[in-house]
Amino acid sequence: MDYQPPPFFSRGPAPLVRLGFFVCLAVLLMVLDARFRYAESLRQVVALLVYPLQRAALAPVELFNASAGFFTTQVSLKQENEQLKAKQLLAANQLLTVEALRAENAQLRRLLEARERLPRHSTLAEILYQGRDPFSRKVIIDKGRQQGIQLGQAVIDDIGVVGQVTRVFPLLSEVTLITDKEQRTPVQVLRNGLRAVIYGGGDKGTLDLSYTAANADVLADDVLVTSGIDGTYPAGLPVAKVSRIERDAAYSFAKITCIPTAGTDQNRQVLVLSREADLPAAPIETESVAGKLPKQKRARKRE
Amino acid sequence: MSFYEQQRILLPVKAGFMVLTFVLALLFNLLPWRDVTGLPDMVALVLTFWCVYQPRRIGIGIAWFVGLVMDAGNGALLGQHAFSYAFLAFAAISLHRRILWFSVWRQAAHVLVLLLSSQLLMLAVRLVAGGAFPGLSYFAGSFIAAALWPAASFLLLLPQRRPGSVDENRPI
Repeated sequence: MDYQPPPFFSRGPAPLVRLGFFVCLAVLLMVLDARFRYAESLRQVVALLVYPLQRAALAPVELFNASAGFFTTQVSLKQENEQLKAKQLLAANQLLTVEALRAENAQLRRLLEARERLPRHSTLAEILYQGRDPFSRKVIIDKGRQQGIQLGQAVIDDIGVVGQVTRVFPLLSEVTLITDKEQRTPVQVLRNGLRAVIYGGGDKGTLDLSYTAANADVLADDVLVTSGIDGTYPAGLPVAKVSRIERDAAYSFAKITCIPTAGTDQNRQVLVLSREADLPAAPIETESVAGKLPKQKRARKRE
Repeated sequence: MSFYEQQRILLPVKAGFMVLTFVLALLFNLLPWRDVTGLPDMVALVLTFWCVYQPRRIGIGIAWFVGLVMDAGNGALLGQHAFSYAFLAFAAISLHRRILWFSVWRQAAHVLVLLLSSQLLMLAVRLVAGGAFPGLSYFAGSFIAAALWPAASFLLLLPQRRPGSVDENRPI
């Protein structure tokens, strides 16, 4: 004899059981996504489902922008034109010196038999919208895998580094700004060449130069540029300017706050730089991944 | 005027209408709100509504899937909305008999507690995963969404209020 209720009363498993099941599933997904990045393919599939909705949500904004652009007055266009002409005159002067310097640099490099640094291929992209996740600082740009965007590419604007491509969809990609709390950028102090790693400051829109010794030679108003040793960012792009330094004897590291050079929150157009084409192969010791390192050490000890 | 005071028999809800409300709420959430913080989470509000009024049609599984869609659309940590929506659906379903006895504004107070606790869960998850605290304005969204509860419950019940065929002699 079974004492099951008749089928028209059955309501499936109890809500608490269902909650437990789905919470476990969600936690599993979160761990896979945050720690191992295994959930990317699932995200791509669901993102494809949402894509029409996203485009539909963007349509009213695009319409507004288009009509607003139509009604731009002639006066403002004229003013802008004059400003641009003045700016171009200024830039032409600098460009000439840059040309001369580049020629000189090329000659010197050839003299040193140094490898000529190829100009990188770059893609112009437009920022569609700010990432909606309030816990991180990301933007979505309108170029994706179909336009040749790859994971890890550097993103700059006309004055400095904006961020890095962290996720690529077929037609869109997600750029993590340098001010994101999880984003690190290798930098160098322009004045004396001191290398450091800069951390995003999160919601404040600032950057922190963490783990720099308290007596390090960093002054207020120092300009930080990319060091280029990671092969992601080309060397010498402005990243930030030191705004405040707190040196506390109780800590071994100085607390250095910087302000990003690039308009990480203002510009609409950005450049996505392709990765360095041919870096020389890394030496064999460092080639192994981090997880393998202890093994090698042990092997050496046995010898 | 509570659900039981008004003594109205509602038409059965159409599945298509429920799907449409979820799609519209998703569309609202996916609008490019540049730097606006403290936005009401419309999907959470609609989900709470259907869990309270149709607990046998909308359950924890659907809430979980809608959360997954939100995560993919938002570029957030995959599973954070799914987690918080599953909890929200569970809480709303277990409270649905109680909530409907109250007047609309007191229902909104219940909904506020539900939405705030689901937001707190999401905050806890993100802080554990290494996110930055988004500031107290993050919670303003729940208050706005709860204030929208009377309007939402009026609008979402509208298609069920109209009689199928108008008949003057019918008692209800």
